Amino acid sequence: MKEPIQKVLRYIAIELVVYAILAIAYFCLVLQFLGTWLAELFHEQRIYYVVASVLLMTGQAIGLERLVTGLSHIIRSGKK
Amino acid sequence: MFFPISGVHINPLLLGILGLVIGILGGFFGVGGSFLSGPSLFSLGMPYNFVVGTDLIHIVGKSIVAARQHRILGHIDLKLATVMVAGTLVGSETGVDAIEALKRSGEVNLVVGLTAIIVFTVVSIFGAWESWQALRKSRSTTSDTGGSKPDVLVFDRLAKLFQGLPLAPRISLKESGIPKISVWSIVLVSYVGGFFSGFLGGGAGYIRMPAMVYLLGIPTHIAVGTDLFEIIISAGYGAIRHAMNGNVDILVALVMHTGAAVGAQLGARLTQYFSGPWIRLAFAPLPLLGAIVVANALITGHHS
Repeated sequence: MKEPIQKVLRYIAIELVVYAILAIAYFCLVLQFLGTWLAELFHEQRIYYVVASVLLMTGQAIGLERLVTGLSHIIRSGKK
Repeated sequence: MFFPISGVHINPLLLGILGLVIGILGGFFGVGGSFLSGPSLFSLGMPYNFVVGTDLIHIVGKSIVAARQHRILGHIDLKLATVMVAGTLVGSETGVDAIEALKRSGEVNLVVGLTAIIVFTVVSIFGAWESWQALRKSRSTTSDTGGSKPDVLVFDRLAKLFQGLPLAPRISLKESGIPKISVWSIVLVSYVGGFFSGFLGGGAGYIRMPAMVYLLGIPTHIAVGTDLFEIIISAGYGAIRHAMNGNVDILVALVMHTGAAVGAQLGARLTQYFSGPWIRLAFAPLPLLGAIVVANALITGHHS
């Protein structure tokens, strides 16, 4: 069953704030620890760079999708 | 912040916000959003060869997130998507070959630019007209029956023609509510979408999504979800090709994707609150935006 749109937008706003904090922390870590390694792979071993890129993007997509879904459940169950 | 692979300084917050906006558009309309992200990355200082490849791998990540949401909502026709992938990949290669042929003749920018402007404008005007008529019809149907909003299609002559094509093998698409359709109809439509993807760049969702609705008669919500699933494969293929040629900055793509991941979920969830004609009407200005971007590039001389 669909929830009223106002309620959904309120949940979305809360999710966005929590998510933004986690996302900023995450990409600081990624840039800090993976930046140099990926740049080296890019210049020296292109095949491994391609494989690493595809795996990283797929992993991040699945991971972040689960994070957002999890956050959504936690925020909604906390509000009920 | 410095990105060592493409050698550019870009504010990561801007990348996240750009990803968020493109993610919402992608989740809601089933498009890759390259008409917006391409020019934006270019204006942030990224070299154009990196713009194309980086945008493609970011589209893959965003489409994974949006497609998972659409799958939960029951908006993906897997059988349709599988058949479409074949046509898209072959069409994409033909589009790239056409570009190479035009490059040799020295008329590539003008021909591609004018083609894009004409195609985008026609799709946009037709989509706006059709969805407006569909909304009017939908209102009268809803008030007559008192039921929920149906996904009305005013211009269904082409869809009937494509569905009735008597070429074997013919398959049924239960998820899309189509009892029988020739595989060749689906391959032809996806081939055209793939051709424009290779010819004009990006995922070409702005062509494929309306083509699925108007030519194959797929319900709008299913067309959005299925197109996203199909984009994962076709954009993934393009991204790997570009990455092999050194045109992908995965760090920029990952940062952009942190915004796109949440945007794609929001966009996908919001589709529940709008009927098919409303989604199509809201979609109509997007190709026109693409036409304006291309026209601007032709006039100012900033070509890919």
